[in-house]
Amino acid sequence: MTRVVVVSGGLSTPSSTRLLADRLTDATREALEEAEVVHVELRDLAHQLTDHLLTGFPGPDLAAAIEAVRDADGVIAVTPVFSASYSGLFKTFFDVLEPGLLDGTPVLVAATAGTARHSLVLDHALRPLFAYLRAVVVPTGVFAATDDFAGSDLDARVRRAAGELALLAGKVSGADAAPAPRRTVEEELGEPTPFEELLRRSSEG
Amino acid sequence: MQIGIFTVGDVTTDPTTGRTPTEQERIKATVAIARKAEEIGLDVFATGEHHNPPFIASNPTATLAYIGALTERIILSTATTLITTTDPVLIAEDYAKIQHLTDGRVDLMMGRGNTGPVYPWFGKDIRQGINLAVENYALLRRLWSEDVVSWEGRFRTPLQGYTSTPRPLDGVAPFVWHGSIRSPEIAEQAAYYGDGFFHNHIFWPAGHTQQMVDLYRRRFEHYGHGPADTAIVGLGGQFFMRRNSQDAVAEFRPYFDNAPVYGHGPSLEDFTEATPLTVGSPQQVLERTLSFREYAGHYQRQLFLLDHAGLPLKTVLEQLDLLGEILPDMRRGFAEGRPAHVPDAPTHASLVAKAGGASDATVYAPADAATGHRAEDAEGAVGAEGGAEVRA
Repeated sequence: MTRVVVVSGGLSTPSSTRLLADRLTDATREALEEAEVVHVELRDLAHQLTDHLLTGFPGPDLAAAIEAVRDADGVIAVTPVFSASYSGLFKTFFDVLEPGLLDGTPVLVAATAGTARHSLVLDHALRPLFAYLRAVVVPTGVFAATDDFAGSDLDARVRRAAGELALLAGKVSGADAAPAPRRTVEEELGEPTPFEELLRRSSEG
Repeated sequence: MQIGIFTVGDVTTDPTTGRTPTEQERIKATVAIARKAEEIGLDVFATGEHHNPPFIASNPTATLAYIGALTERIILSTATTLITTTDPVLIAEDYAKIQHLTDGRVDLMMGRGNTGPVYPWFGKDIRQGINLAVENYALLRRLWSEDVVSWEGRFRTPLQGYTSTPRPLDGVAPFVWHGSIRSPEIAEQAAYYGDGFFHNHIFWPAGHTQQMVDLYRRRFEHYGHGPADTAIVGLGGQFFMRRNSQDAVAEFRPYFDNAPVYGHGPSLEDFTEATPLTVGSPQQVLERTLSFREYAGHYQRQLFLLDHAGLPLKTVLEQLDLLGEILPDMRRGFAEGRPAHVPDAPTHASLVAKAGGASDATVYAPADAATGHRAEDAEGAVGAEGGAEVRA
């Protein structure tokens, strides 16, 4: 059983952040042989997070969320982009975790925004945050602007990121659950991908 | 069972009147509160140590010595003494001196302070907080237990043939508690030495206090000082009471809502449920206090924080009057079901008895070998020429 905790920082209901979190959760469930998922919706913890900043201890619901993260084999962390970075609420949750709690934990980072111009937030804000917390950030991060929810490109990135998280966090469900490594030019020169395969891929989009 | 009060010495605006006391008013109020504590029959008065506004709690030794001169019976203590940033050579002198002045009515609680910036004010590095607490306290113990100390460590200059004066009263060092809210290392330190462990028990939920006290008790036994239930445990606590519990809630709420540390955060109701703060009738305070034993075991010292958050002196003295009224019931309650083998908190008298009686610990030195020398000439002068003669 692989324990996955999904931390989602959207504020509206329903939020695109939660939608992205759900898609990542479903893909991660599929990629894992057996998964147990806990959702941490930060909006519900907003008051207790502020109280924690002032008192130094968590209220009961926040304490349960922190314990879930402590016990997690993998974490999916999804934030909306506010003013060019993660939201303050999202940051506060990771601010109140005691040092060491995320050490070595695989984390899939994802973010939503109104425009694709924010896409580097994953690499400029989220990766440094989780590097500081000594988490292991999976190679593929998933950024979704409003437009991305209209197309199907997002699915491939979601599957790839979920597969990477599954590989780091637990036992994957099958041989094709984990993403295949990209072939290098060197490998193509040695053994080219047959043209029938290239044709098939191009028709799949 | 010792019951008393502790103060942090905050200068806080009274949110109901907008008035802020002057430093002198607050300092004099602290003295008045300590005298009242003795008058109503409390056992301990302890003061914190802070070196920045809005506190008046710097120089706790002057405060305690002054209160010591105005009282006769109450034990004077600290909550806490900054073992991290205060030179242990100074602590050894200061508290041995207060021992002599008050005939042994003093003990100490070691702590690491509430504020990071205090470290550089005293030339120390906050990143070494725990290491400072460990090294400084080890030296302090030697300064009290050994007449002549040669020592070398990491955080201060070495000592060569150094004698701390005055020697502890009757040859017995003041009892030491170690206070920490959330550092297991400090509970471990207290257990290692067989000293007392005090948990602040104000800002955090009971479950957290229980974890720290359990750790200390378990390790106290591990280090061979006796069974876990004989370890020396102290707890903080805070209350506000009026005869009618609704009056207590209504009067205290503005102070709570604006209090330093937790003000503008959780509601009074949430905080009283999550932490040991009790706001209500004397009976409610009595029952809540006696319930602390359910998770801390039978313990030795209970200190209440009463004079904070801008409460005026008059109100604090009224709180003490009410505490005085329930004090006999509180003592009876604490005695109930207490096994005979659970010890009381050590006092000067009990420590002297344990040492087999009082002895004059004075170090009689034949001549002053240090004064008048230039610093350059002083090397080796104290130990080599002075040759302190020890009569125990």
